[in-house]
Amino acid sequence: MSFLTEYGIVLLQGLAITLALSMSSWLLSFAVGLFLTLVRMTKIRAIEWAVLAFVEYQRNVPPLVHIFLWYFGVSSILPENLQELVNEYHGEFIFAVIAIGLYYGAYFAEDIRSGLRSIPKGQQEAARAIGLSYAGAMRRVILPQALRVSIPPLLSNTVMLVKTTSLAMVIGVMELTYATKDVASSTFRIFETYAISTALYVVVALTLLFIGGWLGQRVRIKGR
Amino acid sequence: MLDIIHQYWLLFLIGSYPNGPLGGIAATVLLSVIGIGLAFPLSVLLALAQLSPYKALRYPATAIRYLLRSIPLVMLIFGAYFIVPIILGRPVAGFTTMAVTLVIFQSVYLAEIVRAGIESLPKGQAEAAAALGMGYWTRTRKIILPQALTNMLPSMVGQFVTTIKDTSLGYVIGVNELTYAANQVNSAVITQPFTVFLVLSLAYFVICFALTQAARLLEAHLERRNSRTVTHVTLNAQNAPAAGHSS
Repeated sequence: MSFLTEYGIVLLQGLAITLALSMSSWLLSFAVGLFLTLVRMTKIRAIEWAVLAFVEYQRNVPPLVHIFLWYFGVSSILPENLQELVNEYHGEFIFAVIAIGLYYGAYFAEDIRSGLRSIPKGQQEAARAIGLSYAGAMRRVILPQALRVSIPPLLSNTVMLVKTTSLAMVIGVMELTYATKDVASSTFRIFETYAISTALYVVVALTLLFIGGWLGQRVRIKGR
Repeated sequence: MLDIIHQYWLLFLIGSYPNGPLGGIAATVLLSVIGIGLAFPLSVLLALAQLSPYKALRYPATAIRYLLRSIPLVMLIFGAYFIVPIILGRPVAGFTTMAVTLVIFQSVYLAEIVRAGIESLPKGQAEAAAALGMGYWTRTRKIILPQALTNMLPSMVGQFVTTIKDTSLGYVIGVNELTYAANQVNSAVITQPFTVFLVLSLAYFVICFALTQAARLLEAHLERRNSRTVTHVTLNAQNAPAAGHSS
């Protein structure tokens, strides 16, 4: 029992950082995903091509490599005063958020786009016909329907995102996996430590799936 | 950038191979092939167990699915790294640990694809086979799996790409592979971390993008073939797992 009281708190602190990291990256991912999707719909060749290149680059490079590139690479070419500023405010956390956020931003963009493509063209035409502007039709008619369709794939990518935050440990973010490894190697209670952390991850994943399922039911358009 | 590639391309490609363990791209590809190759038979068994009418098979298989799909691969790698030597009572090479972990991890994800492939077949196929007097194993082997597996090919190539990306995590337990090689190069060059890691990401990009495109071509080809026959099956690797679609 003393093991739990002594080291349980360390694991819980790790969990708190995992959650903070997940939420920050998720917000960035969603913003990036939405931005990429909307920008891509402008139908300007160069922009479409740039978005496509970005999405393919993000998706075909391992997240760990993205983290390395940001933490070791990009940080080294920043101007000096910016480097100092970033290092003062937990640079490893910030770069992990950027790397993971952009990586899943590409996935989220695909999820949102597949939702958009499932909305019949008539919706847009009808919205324009009753006098809504393009942006208005997008905001009030198309996106509310498309995002609902995107919920299941967004949900499974969100679960993946939470798991990917564990990679931030390699650059020294003290999240749950880091804490687990730390506690396991300092106490040698390997089985217990890994069992507890596994349980924590499972709880987080199941909670997300539950919330997502509930949200899907909640916002469902009646009669469909 | 070019001078780094020029000077260290061999390290990126095969690590310090003749004088040390195989590394670089060669080890990355080898690990992925082992991972997906050995995971495949396991995943078929797992998928069949998940679809089994017997609770004694279905419940444990479903439990494994939820458990392994909700923990990060890094945790599993560290767990294996610490626990496997204790179980075996002797030290195990990082490469072996990584390969074993990948097989376990990928078999669960591949099982999702196999399950989706089997479920997407019309029920009549199994019923017709049963009506002809085939037993469970005969109809699974001769009727269900051949059709399901062909439709699953694009998703499996996609999973292979995921596996290649996952091998980069071998870095955390010191497995000699591409990411590890890049870190060696980085500590040799010292002054240009951005260039080194950019080269690394481009190397992964070239490999994975080529495979992704191959998967897309394959998917388009199968789609054309399927639309000519009666059965029309679409599979989506990204969206198939986790929550079921109801759109």
